Amino acid sequence: MERIPILKMGELLLVSIQVDMHDRLAIQLQDDLTSQIAATSARGVLIDISALEMVDSFMGRMIANIASMSRVLDAETVVVGMRPAVAITLVELGMSLPGVRTALDVERGMALLAEEMGGVRHGTAGR
Amino acid sequence: MERPAAERLPVTDGYQVVQVRQAVRRWSQDLGFSLIDQTKIVTAASELARNVVQHGGGGQATIEVVFEGPRRGLRLTFEDEGPGIPDINLAMKEGYTTAGGLGLGLPGSKRLSNEFSICSTPGEGTRVVITRWK
Repeated sequence: MERIPILKMGELLLVSIQVDMHDRLAIQLQDDLTSQIAATSARGVLIDISALEMVDSFMGRMIANIASMSRVLDAETVVVGMRPAVAITLVELGMSLPGVRTALDVERGMALLAEEMGGVRHGTAGR
Repeated sequence: MERPAAERLPVTDGYQVVQVRQAVRRWSQDLGFSLIDQTKIVTAASELARNVVQHGGGGQATIEVVFEGPRRGLRLTFEDEGPGIPDINLAMKEGYTTAGGLGLGLPGSKRLSNEFSICSTPGEGTRVVITRWK
């Protein structure tokens, strides 16, 4: 079955969306990430969307859902790499992604998460 | 080889919504749309194609190049033979939804287009036509 890979790094989960997602794939990612946060006790989720050429209301809602669900599970989500044309279009579409933290690139996103989590402890088991 | 001036695509599931997006992207690139304009019309196409699948029970999308004096544009037509929309004004309202979504599909795609028209007959289907000029 088609899936977007989720990588675990210390207390973080990393996702890079590299395909033009159809709706079922987006829902699958939402479900997979939520269960992975719980299974790995992750404290942070970083989603790289720099390869996405467009984000419509369905994907926008999926991103917002992931952010809220992870917050409920005590993890922070940061979305990185949104292209300027995508950002302009999303806002014009009527979606400003409230409650979703964003950063320009992976490095800044990692820094934001590290700050949020009070210093990432790589390679330590548990919290 | 010259590409014909129109393309028609079936829209019956989520995979075909992706195919519509990709076809609209190609056409808008060929017309020389700016990256922002490409993104806008591709996003509008995605919203409307999803509507065809979710509300219309499937249908088709037509992509064509239109000319008006010196300017060129891309016109997209989305048609289904679904249940139709009883109250179009309500359906065009921001946040109104019958499918559990955000209710941004129709009003959002209107904002992303230069021209937008919708006609729907209950029991017969819905047709939405949008145009984005270069």
